[in-house]
Parts: sequence; C-alpha cells; structure tokens
Amino acid sequence: MTATLNRPHRGHAKPAVLAFNDVVKEYPGTPPVRALDGVSFEITQGELLAIVGPSGSGKSTLLHVMGTLDRPTSGEVMVAGHDVSALNDAELSGLRARHIGFVFQQFHLLNGFTSLDNVADGALYGGGKLRDRRELAREALHKVGLSHRVDHEANKLSGGERQRVAIARAILGDPSIILADEPTGNLDSRSSDAIVELIQELNSAGVTLVVITHNPEIAELFPRAVSIRDGQIEHDTMETQ
Amino acid sequence: MSAMTSLSALPRSRVNGPDMARTATVGMRTRRMRTALSALGIMIGIAAMVAVLGLSESSKSELLAQLDSLGTNLLTVEASAGIGAGSGELPDSAAAMISRIAPVEVTTTVSTVAGANVYRSDFIPSGETNGITVQAVDLSLVDTLAGGLHEGRWLDSATASYPTTVLGSVTAERLGIHSVTGEQQVYVGDTWFTVIGILDEFQLNPDLDRAALVGLDAAATYLDDDNVPTSILVRVDPDQVESVLEVLARTTNPQNPEEVDVARPTDALEARESADDALTSLFLGLGAVALLVGGVGIANMMVISVLERRAEIGLRRALGATKRHVAVQFLGEALLLSALGGIGGVALGLLATNIYASLRGWDTIVPAIAIYGGLGSALVIGAIAGLYPAIRAARLSPTEALRS
Repeated sequence: MTATLNRPHRGHAKPAVLAFNDVVKEYPGTPPVRALDGVSFEITQGELLAIVGPSGSGKSTLLHVMGTLDRPTSGEVMVAGHDVSALNDAELSGLRARHIGFVFQQFHLLNGFTSLDNVADGALYGGGKLRDRRELAREALHKVGLSHRVDHEANKLSGGERQRVAIARAILGDPSIILADEPTGNLDSRSSDAIVELIQELNSAGVTLVVITHNPEIAELFPRAVSIRDGQIEHDTMETQ
Repeated sequence: MSAMTSLSALPRSRVNGPDMARTATVGMRTRRMRTALSALGIMIGIAAMVAVLGLSESSKSELLAQLDSLGTNLLTVEASAGIGAGSGELPDSAAAMISRIAPVEVTTTVSTVAGANVYRSDFIPSGETNGITVQAVDLSLVDTLAGGLHEGRWLDSATASYPTTVLGSVTAERLGIHSVTGEQQVYVGDTWFTVIGILDEFQLNPDLDRAALVGLDAAATYLDDDNVPTSILVRVDPDQVESVLEVLARTTNPQNPEEVDVARPTDALEARESADDALTSLFLGLGAVALLVGGVGIANMMVISVLERRAEIGLRRALGATKRHVAVQFLGEALLLSALGGIGGVALGLLATNIYASLRGWDTIVPAIAIYGGLGSALVIGAIAGLYPAIRAARLSPTEALRS
C-alpha cells in the first residue's frame, strides 16, 4: 500500500480516510527513542478497528500522529486526503475541526457545563452558531442514548454517561474518523461493555472509528485489530484475511 | 464521504464572535471566587484613582466658588518685619496715599495695639494671653474682607469710640464666649470692654480670627494706641489688580518701598490648592501602584489558570482550536477580568467621591478623563497581564497538554 494514496485505492470499494506510509516518530534523546518505526497501514471509510498493544508499544504516539496532534519524524500521513506534512499548525487545526473526532480515557469534559454544551463544543471550531450546534448536540446525545441527560452538568454524570457525552461530542459534525484512546479505560466492566456496544452501533451507522486499547479482549470484538509492539505493526487481522 | 474527499478544499478552523467571547468566560464561570478576588485588585486601584481625581476636581470647583465669593481683588499692605527690614510700621499717611490710587475702591486700616492683651477677667494671670491680639480697625473691615458676623453686632461709628469689642472666631472660643448677651466684658489693657459681637472665620485673613477688634478711637482713648497702621487692606478694581500691585509699595512708603510687603490673600488659598495638587499626585501614584499590583494579581491568576487547564487546552486543540484561538481565549479572559474590575472600580470611585463631597457640602464633579482613563488603564493592565499567560497557553503542544 505504498505510493498509491492519491490514486483510486487498489480494489477497495471505499477510499482511505487515513493512511500511514512508512511513518517514523523519534523523540530526541541519547539515544533517540523511536516510538513509531516504519508504520504503514490504511483505514477506509466505515471501518471499525482496534489498535492494540501493551503500554510503551507506541500506540499513544500512533494516536497522536493519526490525530495530527503530533507530526511524524519521517514518512507520509494522509488524513481525509490531505498530506499532513504539507500543512501548517493552523491548517492542521482546521483538519481536526472538520475531519477528526477524539474520545479520551479521561473524558476531558468541561465541568460546570451541561452535557448539551459540552457536546456542542464538538463543533465549536467549525464556526457554527451556538443555537445550531446545540441542535446538533441534542441529536448526538439522542444517538448515544443520553436524551434524558441533556441539561445535566457533566461532572454530575456517571463515568459511563460521561464517556457517552464525550462520544457524542466526537461525532458532532460528522467527522471522517473518530479516534478513541482507551475509551473504556476508566470504566467498570458494565459501562465498558455498553460503550463498546455504542461504538459498534455507531459503526454500523457508518461512522469510521479507531479504538486504541491495551486490552486484547476488546480488540477481538472488532472486525479488525492492528497489534503494535515496539513501534512496529506486529499483526494486522486485515492482512491475513 | 466520497472519493472526492481527497480533493476537497482544506477546511479552516474558525469560531464565531459570540462563541469566542463565551470561551473567554469559561474560566470565570468555573472559578468564581478566584475571579472575584482578582478583579477586586484592579477594582481597588481604579476606585482609588477615580476617587482621587473626583475629589480633587470637586474641591477645586469648591475653591473657585469660594474665590468667586471672596473676590480676588483684595490686597494687603504690611510693614516688613525682621532684622534690618525696617521699623515694622507703615507711615501715618499710608492709608491716605493708597486711597489716591485711582483703581483703589476701599482701604481699611488695621493697627495692632502694642502691649495690649485680652483676658476673661482681671484675675487671670497676665501671662495667660491665649495668643490673642488686640487690633484697632476701620469700620469697613468686615466688608473689605467679605467676612460675616456670627452673632451680635459689628462696630458702628458710636460703639467704635466706646470700650466695646467684637471678637474673632478663635478669640471667642479661647475666651469661652459662645453667645453675645451684651453684658459680657473682657479685660483689655486695664479697661473692661463689652463684647458686642462675634465674627465668622475670615477666609482671607485668619490672623484676625485670633484678635479682639476695637474701634480706632476706642483704642486711642482707652488703650493709648497711636493708630499707626500695621497693615492696610485694599480692595481694588478687579481688572486693575496687577497694576495696583506694582505701585502699591512705592505709594505706601515712597522713601523705603522695600520695607513694605504687599500680598494678595487669595494667592494663599490658591497655594493651598496647589499643595493639594501635590497630594493628589501622590494619591494618584498610590492608585497606580494598587492598579499595578492588581495587574500582577491577574497575571498570576492567569498563569496558574493556564497550568491548571492544560487538559482543557489540549482538548480544545484536539477539537480544532488554533494557537490563536487559545491565545485569544486566555487574553480575552484577562481583559474581561480587568474590565470587570475597571467597571467596579469606577462605580466605587464615583460612590466614594459622591459620599465625601456631599459630606463636605461640595458638588460632585468627576472629570470624564477619570472614568474613561480608569476603564482604559484597567484594560491596558489586563492586556499586559494576560499576554504572557495567553502566549504560554497557545505554545503548549497539544500532546503535552493532553498528557496531564
């Protein structure tokens, strides 16, 4: 899957939403730490995959580079058809605002604000009016099953509910891809199962999702799992299909 | 999404105006106490400056009104005192000479009765003079000085030649005479004088507040005074004050004009006001220091806020905020804080001025510059205080911010 990124994608019915081509990420030091070591893969629209690996395997770095929060040392990263290396910081922000949704282990909701306003913030940097964004947020909260928690303050919700709010925020504005970083890491097993279920539901509705996890059991629940170790892809279930 | 995506135009991050303003209030809404305290710092500084400017302006307008009613056309002529300065007396002819200067409207002679003291009774030890002098004066004195009678009567052509006296305000107080019954007597020299009146304070000649005033004739008759003028009060045509000033010394004492002191009492009032101006500058300086400290408080709070809100900053960057959006958010917060402090400070300053001015019976006058200047300097301080934290927030790398 090299050098074909801007052309029609070999045999895939759907285009790549995100593509890595020989991506290397090194952190300075003596010796430098190579967190990503020649990673190449593609994610097509509508996919649901897990990126799984033990801590220190480079999966957080991978998420940051996928989310354009960090730049690779070398290699090519394409997000929604845009070459990340060609974009400046403000342009990357625009890319994130439009194409990438994030879900974090720590939820990162603004305490003291309602679920509705937290979700509405998902499209804050798209420039829409608050009234419209709130309307979208209401729909998104409905999609994640939180219609009854619209006006609750974020810090008064349970962990599972908070993560649902965060997911609603991520899907607001229909981004091309959603990156979830250990979305069940802070949840008990019941809430965790419910979140996995929600993720599967969203995917069957057409949302492209990447779930980063250290938990192989969760990875097994998804159609595709990419395992990563020492900054390299160890195994990709798609390649073996 | 279709294959067209790869060709789609690059989206831009943008935030509409109301949303930008709203993000600037996030910190304030979640940390109310700290916000209030930070704004208080600025508020105190601005209030101090507004109040100082307001009070100085109000008192100045009060002074102008006072000068207006007293008239600035009063001049006093006195014999110089001191070593080698002359005899300490004006020539006998002085009053007559001065009244010949064309723009002079009134002259009033005041003659200090040497060696005479005033006592409540003849049992009082002679050393206890209370610092009260005896002055023999023309009947025109009260009018010339724009003075007022507190109680009783002023001297007239009859009482001026009898042993009667009118007390200055301080004299009356020191002698313990608070009302005029017509029967009180004070012991002056070795004669009993009847108190027929008490005067208000003289704004233009406080020395006379500490005197017992008697008629020139009475002084000559009962106190052996030779009526040599020690000072002459002159009212002149208001438009010719300067030219009279020039010739007054030479007219009074043509042989030794240098032995004559000519003064304009309203100058003293104006000098007092300019001393007040110096105080005003001092207080303004103090206000500025308070404002500066308030600014440091805001800067401090913003720096802490940036440290505490790293996760929020990371989240916003992930949601698509540019560095500029983050900087504007934090700068906006600092500006909003200082604007709150500024508005509160102006209100407090106005209130303080109003209360003080009405206690003193002045009109409340606060110059517009105090209000706009107060608000403006609050905003400038806020901008300076917010700049560094805002830049720090903007420079924070998103991954580092999210790691916290």
